[in-house]
Amino acid sequence: MTPTDEARAAATRAARASYGRLVAILAAPTRDLAGAEDALADAFERALRTWPEAGVPDNPEGWLLTVARNRVRDVLRSAAHRTAAPLEEALTAADVLDVDVDAIGDKRLELLFACAHPRVDPLVRTPLMLQVVLGFDAREIGRAFAVPSTTMAQRLVRAKRRIAGAGIPFTVPTRADMPERLPAVLEAIYGAYAIDFLGATPLVDEARYLAVTTAALLGDEPEAWGLAALLTLSSARAGARSATDDYVPLDEQDPSTWDAALVAEGEALLRRAAASGRPGRFQLEAAIQSVHCDRARTGVTDWAALRTVYAGLVDLVPTLGARTALAVATGRADGAAAGLAVLDGIDDPAVGRFQPAWAARAELSRDPVALAKAISLTTDPRVRRWLESRAARWA
Amino acid sequence: MRYTLLMHYPEMTAEELGPEALAEGMAAFDAYAKALDASGVLVSAEVMQPVAHTTTVSLAGGTLVVQDGPFADTKEQIGGTVVIDVPDLDAAVAWAQQAPPARYGTVEVRPTATRFADGAWTAFEHA
Repeated sequence: MTPTDEARAAATRAARASYGRLVAILAAPTRDLAGAEDALADAFERALRTWPEAGVPDNPEGWLLTVARNRVRDVLRSAAHRTAAPLEEALTAADVLDVDVDAIGDKRLELLFACAHPRVDPLVRTPLMLQVVLGFDAREIGRAFAVPSTTMAQRLVRAKRRIAGAGIPFTVPTRADMPERLPAVLEAIYGAYAIDFLGATPLVDEARYLAVTTAALLGDEPEAWGLAALLTLSSARAGARSATDDYVPLDEQDPSTWDAALVAEGEALLRRAAASGRPGRFQLEAAIQSVHCDRARTGVTDWAALRTVYAGLVDLVPTLGARTALAVATGRADGAAAGLAVLDGIDDPAVGRFQPAWAARAELSRDPVALAKAISLTTDPRVRRWLESRAARWA
Repeated sequence: MRYTLLMHYPEMTAEELGPEALAEGMAAFDAYAKALDASGVLVSAEVMQPVAHTTTVSLAGGTLVVQDGPFADTKEQIGGTVVIDVPDLDAAVAWAQQAPPARYGTVEVRPTATRFADGAWTAFEHA
C-alpha cells in the first residue's frame, strides 16, 4: 500500500468505527436499527453540507450523535402526533435524549449480540453485522456474498423488522449465558471471512477488524482472542493467495510472500487467548495456522504438531473438515496407511460427497478412482487444474 | 451422466432490478458459466426471457390453441437452464450449489433419460 492508500484505509476504518458506535448508541434504547441508520445517514449528509464551510467540529462524533438524535426525536414526535402514541412510548423517546453524550461507552458489543441473537436467522447474521456495525450498504454486502443487492436489501430489512418487532434485546449476556451466546457472534464474524462462492469476495480485513474489536471489548474471552488470532494469521497469507493464478496448497506456499508483521500480531493474539487455559475451536484453528506459519522460521512443516492439534480439534468439534484434516496430518506424520485408517474411520454418511475427503484419499492412496471422484466434486477451476496435475506428479 | 439444472427464481424485470443489480447478476452468471466451461463439464447454458414473452401451444383439446402467457402461473419461474455432463449426482449437486440462483431461488437437478445425438435417441439411462 502507498502512504495515500494507507491514509485512505485508516480514514475508512475510523469512519466505520464511528458508524458502528453511533448506530449502537442510537438503536439500543428503541431497538429500531433502520430508524437509527436513517437518522445517522441524515446527520452524515448534514455534516457533508456544513463542515466544508463551518469547519470540522472539535468532537465530530458528538456532533453527529446530537444531530442524529434530534432527527430520531423529530421522527418520534411526528409519529406521536399522527397516532397519539401512549405515554410509555413518549417516555422511552425521552430516555433516548437524556443520555449524557460523553458518558456513553462503546455499545457495539450489545449490537453484535443483537445481530447474532438465536431468534435472528443465522444466514442473515453476518450481512447484518457488516451493515449495522461497519456501515456497508446492501450492494457491497451483496457483492461479497454474490447475491443480488435487491435480495440482500430485502433480507436485511426483514431482519431489522424482526429485531424491532420481536423485541430482541440489545444487551451483553451475563457470564452464565456467555458460553451459549458467544459462539453465534464469533461464528457470524467468521462468516464474513469464510464466504465460499464462485465470484464472491470474502471480507477478510473486515472480519479481522470485527474479531479484534469484539475480543478487545469482551476483554476476557479466550475464544474471541482465538478468532482474532485465526483471522490475523490467515490474513498474513493473503499475499501468497493472490500472487499466482494457480492454486498452491498451504504447505507449498512461499513463506516470503507472507506478511511477517501480521504473523507476529497473530501470534501475540494467540498467546493472549491461550493464557486463560480455556482452549476452544477458534484457538485450535489459530494454532494450526501458527504451526504452518512457523515454516517461515524453520523451513519445514511440523506435521506431528499439526496431527496433535487436529486431534484436539476433532475431540472438540468432530466436523467432516476437521476429521479429514486429521487424516491428512496423520498421513504426513506417520505414513499413508495411518492416514487412511483415520479417513476410513469417518462414519458420517456425508463423507461420500465431501470433496476434501476424496482429495485426501487420492493423496494418501494414489488411487486414480479417488482422484477422479475428487476432481468431479471440485467447482473451483484452479483447484481442479491442480488435482489434474497430481497423477503426473505421482508417476 | 447428463443433468439439467433448472433454475427457479422470482422473476424481476430489468427496471425492477436496476442497472447495478442487473450487472451483478450477469457477473455472477458469467463467473459460474466460465467455471463450468473451464472444468470441461458445460454442455449448454441458457437464460430465458420473462414469462410475459411466453406463448403456449396445445392441440390436446382437439383444436389448436395458441395462447400468450405461461402454461402455469406460479410465483417462481424457470429463468434458465444449464446442462452439464458429470460423473454422478454428487458432482451435479456440487455444481448446483454454486449456481447463483441457489442463493435466492431453487435449483432443480434433473438427470437426462435419453437424448437425440448422431441421428438417434441414446439408450435410456437408469438412475
